[in-house]
Amino acid sequence: MDVVSIEKLSKIYQLGAVGVHALRDVDFAIEEGQYIAIMGPSGSGKSTLLNLLGCLDRPTSGRYLLHDTDVSKLNDGELSAIRGRQIGFIFQSYNLIDQLNVAENIELPMFYQGLSQHRSAQRAMELAELVGLGDRLRHRPFQLSGGQQQRVAIARALANDPVIVLGDEPTGNLDSASGAEILQILERLHQAGKTIIVVTHDTAIAAKAQRVIHLLDGRIERDINN
Amino acid sequence: MLLFRAERIMKLGLKSLWMHRLRSVLTILGIVFGVCSVIAMLAIGEGASRDAQRAIARLGSTNLIIETVKPPEEAADRGEVQRIDKYGLTYSDAESIHNTLTNTDVTVPVRIIDQQCRYQRRNVAVKVIGTIPWYTQTSPIKVIQGRFLSSMDLQYQLAVCVIDEDVAKKLFAFEEPMGRHVQIRGDYYRVVGIAAQRDIEESTGRFAGKDRASTTGGGVAGNVYIPVTTAQRRFTEISFQMSGGSGSAAKVELQKIIVKVGDNEQVLAAEKVLQDLLDRRHQKKDYQITIPLALLREAARTRRIFSIVLGSIAAISLLVGGIGIMNIMLATVSERTREIGIRRAVGAQKKDIIIQFLSETLLLTLTGGVMGIVVGSIIPMLVEYFGNMPTVITGSSLVLAFGISAGVGVIFGLYPAYRAANMDPIESLRHE
Repeated sequence: MDVVSIEKLSKIYQLGAVGVHALRDVDFAIEEGQYIAIMGPSGSGKSTLLNLLGCLDRPTSGRYLLHDTDVSKLNDGELSAIRGRQIGFIFQSYNLIDQLNVAENIELPMFYQGLSQHRSAQRAMELAELVGLGDRLRHRPFQLSGGQQQRVAIARALANDPVIVLGDEPTGNLDSASGAEILQILERLHQAGKTIIVVTHDTAIAAKAQRVIHLLDGRIERDINN
Repeated sequence: MLLFRAERIMKLGLKSLWMHRLRSVLTILGIVFGVCSVIAMLAIGEGASRDAQRAIARLGSTNLIIETVKPPEEAADRGEVQRIDKYGLTYSDAESIHNTLTNTDVTVPVRIIDQQCRYQRRNVAVKVIGTIPWYTQTSPIKVIQGRFLSSMDLQYQLAVCVIDEDVAKKLFAFEEPMGRHVQIRGDYYRVVGIAAQRDIEESTGRFAGKDRASTTGGGVAGNVYIPVTTAQRRFTEISFQMSGGSGSAAKVELQKIIVKVGDNEQVLAAEKVLQDLLDRRHQKKDYQITIPLALLREAARTRRIFSIVLGSIAAISLLVGGIGIMNIMLATVSERTREIGIRRAVGAQKKDIIIQFLSETLLLTLTGGVMGIVVGSIIPMLVEYFGNMPTVITGSSLVLAFGISAGVGVIFGLYPAYRAANMDPIESLRHE
């Protein structure tokens, strides 16, 4: 079953009078449980695609079906709800909130979905244990190493049990050892049946992924199954 | 559920504000000063106005008070020696007023004499008030023991008196004052009643007299009421005054005539008649008509103006505080652009962001409001204690001040919050 199906997806950025084609008529589908890497040189449209997949942005034309919902037609509020429930983000620079401790950061997506305090606290603890940070719940982000912060971010991404986990260069800021840990966790998630889409330059990730989509100038150049 | 959310949001707000303690405190100060000045000013204004209104109301709203005033001296009079200056209201004035004004309830002549009142070895300064039994209708005097003067006392010029509670306390330490005789200037008067202490009558007009302090400040214990007929027979109407080494004598029959009319509507008409009547009877302007009702209305108007002025000052100071808050919140929003992006990415709706920033603003202003109320309540106490001015903190002024600070929070917090909510999530996430 396809979790994501994209048809003729285009995104044009208007820069003054000039329209820049970031994506041109991209078509692909992603099956549930796939582990996909999206690669390409900078300016190839990777980030644009990731933003569209993550429902942070709307396409100029084309369709994006996420679990049978046509996301391209939704308004801001509905997109926010989709982001909260169906998508988990992992960013290159972790993007944890400094004022909040580990548990609170993990609870954040659940808070916006209106989960009770008791249930979200419990789930935050489970998730922290899952990423190996069960003993760091009260720590603040700046007290953690980069690798640990990224693991908190993964736990946060999983908070509402999303349909897809989106990674934007998740190992980009990490040394190779920490990066390997992160990849291990992603691998584990994949084995547990999560759909994972990662935008990366890292060939190590690409090697682990089931399928690699290469973008060039806003089009799919290659789509390889490993 | 909702409570948990609110608690969470507040906790978060507190955390963010705590990160910038100094900034938060300085911002709060703006509101504190605004709110505390509103409360303090309202309390002082209210105190002053109540004081004035109570004093006026005690004069009676259906009363017209005519008082003797010393006419402006003419230069020629100064040179003459041994001349007795005769001026002021007379018994025949009172008679004439009583006969002319058909709709008056009562016309009460009042004679006020400064005297010493003695009982055995004790001696107190009092105001001897020569008047008639109907005095009780024009002045709310409360007889707490015995009776007031009667028409019999008046008719037979009896040597009886009604004394103020305070006078009684000072003269009679352990004895029962009723029926005892007190001595005033050689004559004995039997105490027939005791009245609750009220304002000490003054020989000059309460509102016209400039020397109010000098007449009340002389250690006068209170009033002693005697029949006016008795006063007329036993006390001289001539008084001597020493001024600048030379003495002058004045003869004044009555210090005051109080006219009471049926209701408020008749007061102004009666004033006109009185004015005409007294104009005809007096060559010099040696009297003055005071109308408590007019004073009350005047006081109400003054108070309204006062409120408007205070309101404007309060509005300005709160506006300044509000602008400060808005400024800080805009800075906060732009500093936390990335945080806003993160929150939006993990599912926060625009309204969640608005609520978050609005609640931070409210936290600032309400904290400022509470602190302002505390400080604003202390200031009037200090004013009352050190400045010897009455102040009244009304509950409504506290509610008003708190409401205003909340209102300032919402009004000046809405725009920054709105701006935060409408930031593009992608842009915000990229923001450094």
